[in-house]
Amino acid sequence: MGRVRRNYALTGPEREQAIADGLASASWYQTPIDRKTLKQLMARRNGPALRDTAIWFALLLATGYGGVHFWGSWLAVPFFMAYGVLYGTSCDSRWHESLHGTPFKTNWLNDALYQLASFMQLWNPVVWRWSHMRHHSDTAIVGRDREIGTMRPPAMVMKALVTGGTTLWLSYMRVLISHARGHFSPDERDFVPADQLPAATQAARVHLAIHACVFAACLWSGSILPAMLISLPRLYGIWLLMLLALPQHAGLAEDVLDHRLNSRTMLLPLPLRFIYWNMNYHLEHHMFPMVPYHALPALHACIRHDCPEPKGLIETWWELFPVLRRQLHDPDHWIDQQLPSGAGPARIGPRLLH
Amino acid sequence: MPWVAALPVDAIDADDVARWDHAGKSYAIYRTSDDAIYASDGLCTHEQAHLADGLLDGYLIACPKHNGRFDIRDGSPRRLPACVALRTYAVRVDAGVVHVNLPD
Ligand code: FES
Repeated sequence: MGRVRRNYALTGPEREQAIADGLASASWYQTPIDRKTLKQLMARRNGPALRDTAIWFALLLATGYGGVHFWGSWLAVPFFMAYGVLYGTSCDSRWHESLHGTPFKTNWLNDALYQLASFMQLWNPVVWRWSHMRHHSDTAIVGRDREIGTMRPPAMVMKALVTGGTTLWLSYMRVLISHARGHFSPDERDFVPADQLPAATQAARVHLAIHACVFAACLWSGSILPAMLISLPRLYGIWLLMLLALPQHAGLAEDVLDHRLNSRTMLLPLPLRFIYWNMNYHLEHHMFPMVPYHALPALHACIRHDCPEPKGLIETWWELFPVLRRQLHDPDHWIDQQLPSGAGPARIGPRLLH
Repeated sequence: MPWVAALPVDAIDADDVARWDHAGKSYAIYRTSDDAIYASDGLCTHEQAHLADGLLDGYLIACPKHNGRFDIRDGSPRRLPACVALRTYAVRVDAGVVHVNLPD
C-alpha cells in the first residue's frame, strides 16, 4: 500500500490533482438495469412517505409528551431516549431523502420536510444542499468531497464515537453561528455558489433565532425541558445515527469511480430501517440516487448479484471498528470490497495506490 | 436550419424520454403521456448527466444525478441545482419519425 498523507481540503493540492485525473464529476459504474424496471423503481408516490411521516410525527409527539409528563422522575428517561433517537437520528434520513426530492411526488412536501429536518439537524439548509450534491458527484474523492466522514486518520470520528453527540453538537452550533455572521469556510465557498451565500446566512439566522427562543424559555421556566424537546435532542439522540451512518463509506476505498467499492449496504431489521428510512441501502442509493427510499429494498434485490455481500449492523462494526483503529496509525489502510464472481469489472480511479 | 430525422415515435414510450446521438452531440427526445413530442440537449446543464436516464413527470424532466429539473417546453430550470436553461429544439413528426430542427 502507498504511504501518502492525504490533504482533504477542497482548496488544496489534491483538488487540482483530482480534476487533472478526471475524478471530478466523472462517469461512475452503474449496474445495468433495463429502462422499464428502472422507471418503476424511480416512480414518485406520496403514499409511503405520508404514512411514514405521520407515524414519525405521532411517535415524536407520544414520546415527547411522555417525557414532559414524567419530567422530574426517572420515568422520563426512557421517553427521552426514544424521543432523542426519533429526533436526533431520524431527522438525518428525512433531511437526506427530502434533499434528493424523492420521497414525495408533491414537491412542496419534499421542500417542507427538508426545511424542518435541516433545522432539526442543526444544519444550514443552503450549504448542505450544495455539499451533498458534491458528495454525490464526487463520492469519497479526496480534494472534492467534504462529506468524507472518516478522513484518514479518523481521529475526529473516534473522538465523536467516544464523546457521543457532544463534539458534533458543539461543532454544528459553531458552524451555524459562523454562517449567521456571514462567514463561510474556503471549502464551503468552493461548493456553494456565491449567489446562494446570502440565503445561507439568512437561514442560519432564522435557525439561531429559534434556538435563542428555546434558550429564553429555559431561563424563564428555570428548566432545561424546552431544550430537551428542541435544541438538545441532536446531542443526546445522535448516537444511533453514528452507528447507522458511519458505515456508509467508512473504512472503504477513496478515489474510485465505483460505489460498490466506496459505499456500503447493511441489512437492518424493520424498526431500524424505519428510523433510518432505508439509507442502510447506501450503495444502491449512490448508484441510483433518483430511486426513493421506499423502493430501495426492491433496487437492492435487482442489483445485489453485482455487489459485495452485505452484512448486518453488528457484523459490519465487527469488521469496521478495528479498521478505524488501525487507520489512526496507518492511514493508508482500507477494506478492499470483494465483488461476486460474474460482477461487472470494478471501475478503479487512477489515484488508487495499492 | 435543417430538419434531421431522429427516432421513430414508437421508439419512445409515452411519458418517457430517449437519447439520440447525432454528429457528436447528445439529445433527449421526450414523449409526454398525451403523445406530444419535445427535444432538448441531452446533457444536463449542471454536470452533464444524460437526461435520457432521468424521469419525465408531465412536462418536467428530472436529471438522474441530482434531480435538477427542467421544463421540456422551453428548457427553463425548475429545481436546484439546475440553474442554467436547457437548449430546446423544434420538432415535427413525419411518417412516424421525429424530426428535430437543428441549427446549422
Ligand atoms: S447533473 Fe443534472 S442536476 Fe446535477
